[in-house]
Amino acid sequence: MGPRVKPGVTAQIFPSPRASSCETRGPIFSVPEETTTKMQRETRRLILLLLPAGIFFSAFFLIPMAELFLIGGTGKEGWAAYASIITNRNYFNSLLATLGVAVLTTIVTLIISGISGVFLQRHKFPGNGTLVAMLTFPLAFPGVVIGFMVIMLAGRQGLIGTVSEALTGDKIVFAYSLAGLFMGYVYFSIPRTILTVMAAAEKLDPKLEEAARSLGASPFRVVVDVIIPGLKPAFISAGAICFATAVGAFGTAFTLAAKINVLPMVIYTEFTLSANIAMAAALSFVLGAVTWIVLALARTAAGGTVAAAG
Amino acid sequence: MRTKWLFNLQLAFTLLVCAFLIVPVILSIMAGLTVNYLVGIESGLTLRWVMEVWNGYRNTIFLSIGISLACLVVTLLIGIPTAYVLARRQSALARAIEELLVMPVAVPGLATALALIVTYGSLSGFRTSWAFILVGHVLFTLPFMVRSVLAVLMAIDLNTLEEGAASLGASWWRRFRDIVLPNCRAGILAGSLMVVTLSMGEFNMTWLLHTPFTKTLPVGLADAYASLRLEIGSAYTLVFFLMIMPLLLALQAFAQPRLKKFVAEDDIHE
Repeated sequence: MGPRVKPGVTAQIFPSPRASSCETRGPIFSVPEETTTKMQRETRRLILLLLPAGIFFSAFFLIPMAELFLIGGTGKEGWAAYASIITNRNYFNSLLATLGVAVLTTIVTLIISGISGVFLQRHKFPGNGTLVAMLTFPLAFPGVVIGFMVIMLAGRQGLIGTVSEALTGDKIVFAYSLAGLFMGYVYFSIPRTILTVMAAAEKLDPKLEEAARSLGASPFRVVVDVIIPGLKPAFISAGAICFATAVGAFGTAFTLAAKINVLPMVIYTEFTLSANIAMAAALSFVLGAVTWIVLALARTAAGGTVAAAG
Repeated sequence: MRTKWLFNLQLAFTLLVCAFLIVPVILSIMAGLTVNYLVGIESGLTLRWVMEVWNGYRNTIFLSIGISLACLVVTLLIGIPTAYVLARRQSALARAIEELLVMPVAVPGLATALALIVTYGSLSGFRTSWAFILVGHVLFTLPFMVRSVLAVLMAIDLNTLEEGAASLGASWWRRFRDIVLPNCRAGILAGSLMVVTLSMGEFNMTWLLHTPFTKTLPVGLADAYASLRLEIGSAYTLVFFLMIMPLLLALQAFAQPRLKKFVAEDDIHE
């Protein structure tokens, strides 16, 4: 599945529309020669059908985005606002924190989902379906709810705190920090990544593993030399989605604490508390560009195979 | 022997991951139904918190249902024709249009919401109405409708079917109604479930787009988490679970076996 569809969930559930093509199939019977007027009428009809979506999209996305870009340059710093994400120490630090959490989330999610996804795809045992259903249940939780789940686990009244207090006398609470945010993003990303990995693992040829094993490869070598390369396109596309989500998401951080210094929170603070709309516009435009570029790059890197893996 | 050991290790790991995802859900459901979560379940079970949520926040529930249904209608009306056009014309331009349409999903909701506010925020009648939120939700969910309908349309031989019907004298509207729509039923259904589920849970944009009079369910949730006791937040989350559970179950049921039966005969034998 191409990484164009991001957090919003079912990138993995639906196979890519472009995956199967019917271009190669010719018509079953010959079609009467179409006259030019007929073709023109057809084209005009298609344009007309595209018009509602086109008008809506231009009016509410393309024009507002252009406006956002222009407003980003109207602050007291002018167009330099766009560079401030690098030049301003605070913004730069929060950029680093954001990217750090996102990279860590991506790596950890891929490892967890890789192990469990391949395992569940390979071994069909009683209860397998239940496990898959449980692992994909949180698929549609919004970021706010994920934040609350982290609080239930690692918050002031959370499970981890209660258990650790009973065991060691020390109450471990980390929900309201970057660690809590990291946990939330992993929670958020596991369901969709497992779906992608399972879909890709289904298409792996078990004969390749058999061959490797019969040639004397250890289970570790089989994983490194056969399974991981086979899953690479799925890893790239799912990883890009994890990364983009962790960079741009807002709800989880919002629920956990205003003190978490990641870029979406900084933008929100600039907009509401400081009423610095120009800076908020510039920063959010940069943030949007970064996530979009990451997804586009991943799509190029993974090539057409991503679609087939989906 | 060794494979057995490996199997058990992986199973244990997977169970652990499951616990990580499910335990907080169970804890939150329990918290929403206990009198005092700090004391524990011994303090007794109660529906008091659920009632408090119902009394204080039921408007957010109705608004969310209303917006997600309105969102569904709009995405159906503008999404199905778009998918049809993209399926008929598989040119570079069609691909570019598809890429563009997916952008609101790739770009963080925060940025889209800010863009809408700086452009239309001064139209106060629009800014304060729920239509402002609806616009954001349609932008975000439209790609899912288009892609899931498009996926089905690409799997059938649309051109041959339409040409066949046209040669028999069917008008465009009849072809669209009697051939295109029935064939992409599965895609429309899956897309619809997706749109409603996503709209119901959308927060990133909605938090900036909402006003005190247009609070949706996730906005109310954020409110409750920030200002009310844990039990009320949990009860509210429980209400949210109950609302999206049927949608999720339906989505899982429809997401698995699809497409195959709509593929032309000669494809199946490949």
